[in-house]
Amino acid sequence: MGRIFYLGPLILFLAIATYFALPIIKGNDPRILPSVMINKPIPNLDLLPLLKTKPGIDQNSLRGDVRLVNFFSSWCGPCRTEHEFLMDISRSKMVTLYGINYKDKQKSAIEWLNNLGDPYKNIGRDSDGRTAIDWGVYGVPETYLVDRNGRIQYRHVGPLSAKVFNEKLAPMIIALQKNTNE
Amino acid sequence: MNKKHLLFVLILVCANFPLSINAVEPNEILKNPQLEMRARMLSKNIRCLVCQNQSIDDSNASLAKDLRRIVREQLVNGASDNEIFDFLVKRYGDFVLLKPPIKPTTYILWYGPLFLFIIGIFASILFLSRRKKILPEPPLTNEEMEKLSKLTVNRNKN
Repeated sequence: MGRIFYLGPLILFLAIATYFALPIIKGNDPRILPSVMINKPIPNLDLLPLLKTKPGIDQNSLRGDVRLVNFFSSWCGPCRTEHEFLMDISRSKMVTLYGINYKDKQKSAIEWLNNLGDPYKNIGRDSDGRTAIDWGVYGVPETYLVDRNGRIQYRHVGPLSAKVFNEKLAPMIIALQKNTNE
Repeated sequence: MNKKHLLFVLILVCANFPLSINAVEPNEILKNPQLEMRARMLSKNIRCLVCQNQSIDDSNASLAKDLRRIVREQLVNGASDNEIFDFLVKRYGDFVLLKPPIKPTTYILWYGPLFLFIIGIFASILFLSRRKKILPEPPLTNEEMEKLSKLTVNRNKN
């Protein structure tokens, strides 16, 4: 009995240390917040188009199909990192991408798309960042998976990559698209 | 200590008292001083999600600036403190509040220290009460007394 009594603090310490060490070992970034918008309908939005050739984004343009909504900006470094992969998604036609241009100059954003390619179906301008705040965005790039009923199903913070897409997003997209067909 | 040293010490002392600086820019400040004061109080309890350990009152991040503007706009529109907090929690979760709300998932955070303190008190009571029983030593036996006197006698001879 006595020995166990004295080992108690050590056991407690090991338990707590393991609890805190696990996320570090797994490589999870503790700064990444879980979204509170999951399973909630997309917030009201009505964004002016960035380009003359494509419509902007409102409530209705995000209904009826599974979609990815990507917040991006021409001044954002990680957005450039993910852009090539966004082009890949767009070419694969697996899921439609919608772009929300966050606190950007229209001219710079258009230039950006001209230089790097345009993976989006519609692009809306969120020039004051209010729409982003309604979605719970706290740093571009962020990508939201929206189901056909206009509910947010997943959020990814930071640049999208093939790894993230294949492990997390693709299975969800396929499952949600199947639901649509039933 | 010569003058040079004194100056050096003075500089060191001054460096330890930075002016209290916040990130609020002049054009953000509301005309109504009462509302502005409330805005400052609220902002101090709202986390900047970009820098995470700063409040939006301290942070220069552009998101913090946008949130400060929203807080002030809503105050001018007559929102209560709780309505403003609710607005932010709906979008960013409880993490946006620097003082977490008291609810079942945060009980361990709020009451954990008290719980550990009580355990500590009980543990020390237990420990101390046991020690008391050990303290009074039994008196020396005759044999031991003899041994002791022999030892002391030997020592005196030397």
